[in-house]
Amino acid sequence: MLEQVTVQAGEFVLSPFSLEIGEGECVALMGPSGCGKTTLLETVCGLRDGPVGGRIFLGGLEVTNLPPGARGIGLVPQDVALFPSLTVREQMEFGLKLHGWKLEEIKERVKNLAGDLGLEGLLSRLPEGLSGGEARRVALGRALALRPKLLCLDEALSGLDEARHDEVLGVIRKMIEREGVTALHVTHSKKEAEAIADRVVVMD
Amino acid sequence: MEKDISSDQKIWRVRPEWPFLLFLVFVVAAYLGLLLLMVGANVLTVSWSQASEILKDADIQHSIILTFVTCTATAILSVLVSVPVGYLLSRYQFRGRALVDTLLDIPILLPPLIVGLSLLILFNRISPSACCGMLAGGALIAAIWGVAQKGNEIIIRFLLGSVVLFGLLSLVFSGSERSLEDIVSEVGFPMTFHPLGVVLAQFPVAAAFAVRTMRTTFDQISPRYEEVAMTLGCNRGQAFIRVVLPLAGKGIVAAGTMAWARALGEFGPILIFAGATRGRTEVLATSVFLEINIGNLPGAAALSLLMILLAVSTLLIVRYLAGRGGAV
Repeated sequence: MLEQVTVQAGEFVLSPFSLEIGEGECVALMGPSGCGKTTLLETVCGLRDGPVGGRIFLGGLEVTNLPPGARGIGLVPQDVALFPSLTVREQMEFGLKLHGWKLEEIKERVKNLAGDLGLEGLLSRLPEGLSGGEARRVALGRALALRPKLLCLDEALSGLDEARHDEVLGVIRKMIEREGVTALHVTHSKKEAEAIADRVVVMD
Repeated sequence: MEKDISSDQKIWRVRPEWPFLLFLVFVVAAYLGLLLLMVGANVLTVSWSQASEILKDADIQHSIILTFVTCTATAILSVLVSVPVGYLLSRYQFRGRALVDTLLDIPILLPPLIVGLSLLILFNRISPSACCGMLAGGALIAAIWGVAQKGNEIIIRFLLGSVVLFGLLSLVFSGSERSLEDIVSEVGFPMTFHPLGVVLAQFPVAAAFAVRTMRTTFDQISPRYEEVAMTLGCNRGQAFIRVVLPLAGKGIVAAGTMAWARALGEFGPILIFAGATRGRTEVLATSVFLEINIGNLPGAAALSLLMILLAVSTLLIVRYLAGRGGAV
């Protein structure tokens, strides 16, 4: 839940913004380029200096001033940002290892995620050997591995051709339902917002 | 449409490409020609027997070894310093960044002799008390600037702590007649006119070049990687070590090479601060100078060729290694 959040990024100031997302709900945040969607998403993720005003709650816990790793957030950024030197398996294991999961639990989780995302045959590949659609699925797996309270998708489908776009959109929708995760999807496409989200919020 | 194409073709016929291409080739050929002539002049000045004679000289062999050791030490030190400095300048926006950036370029802009002279004065004419006093003063000015600009509280506390520490050290050393050189010599690291001084004389300029290289390297790595790593549980330090450093592999090799090559060519600061004592602080650059001084031009030319060979082979080896490893 965002409560009257005000964000400042350089000279850009986002006026107080409130948004409540129900558990397991997928909300699409839509608006034209430059309206502050990504800035707001980065603030929710804790990637910008704390908001100028307002508070952010996730699962009943105030996270306004918590570091990104302590917020329980999974992020799929616009440019995917898969770590170039890690294999698909290592990408998905990354957060789990940091959080001290046991080896068997990590194996099990990665196996299940890879199965759900159709990545079984790609686990030993490096990002440079993946197609755009595959890279999106890996980024989704990496973000979901830790069972986040909130999945943040930042223009996660941009740059894909129509066939891949629809395929990845279907995978995202399926994974959100299967994992029961709450999701905030930032996009500038109305069609995409309506296809993926339970509710569309328009910023202007 | 057809008309457009034919008129385009006409323009190409009227303005052919070859004059511009010829201009480019001429400039490149003239530049490379000058470089080749310079190398060729050295080659024509020295015979095989003269070259082998000078390379068998015990002092020259010592000079070659010292050159390798000091250049490598300087390169390692430069990398150790340039990685954090380059990362800070690349990733953090803070007031006074332009000033820090300018200060870091000073060793590149200064005449090399001044670097040597400054080190010589610092180690031999300035008391440790004055050194600590200057550091305390610098930290105090930075802290006041930080407070005025409402800077990071932790950094300001660190600066104030430094003011207190260096202020106290200044008091402890006050009254002592000893120089900084006396103190470092007592703890086993003599600098002035000593081989260790060669490394210190090479370091400021080499590190400045390495910092430039590392900053460019980090600028080219998207901060998005660190941001994703942080959402997965890394703090900034972990994200830097686990995600950024592996990506900066090629840049680190490049920074090390740049520092190594720069240290190889360093002459002025070494001459002033470490001296050019045969068999002691003599490195290849000073060997060339000493050979010229005693009128042995063929010997100087032979050593110049050796340095050219070293510089070229270092660059080739590192480029080969960088081509195989690194993720950038």
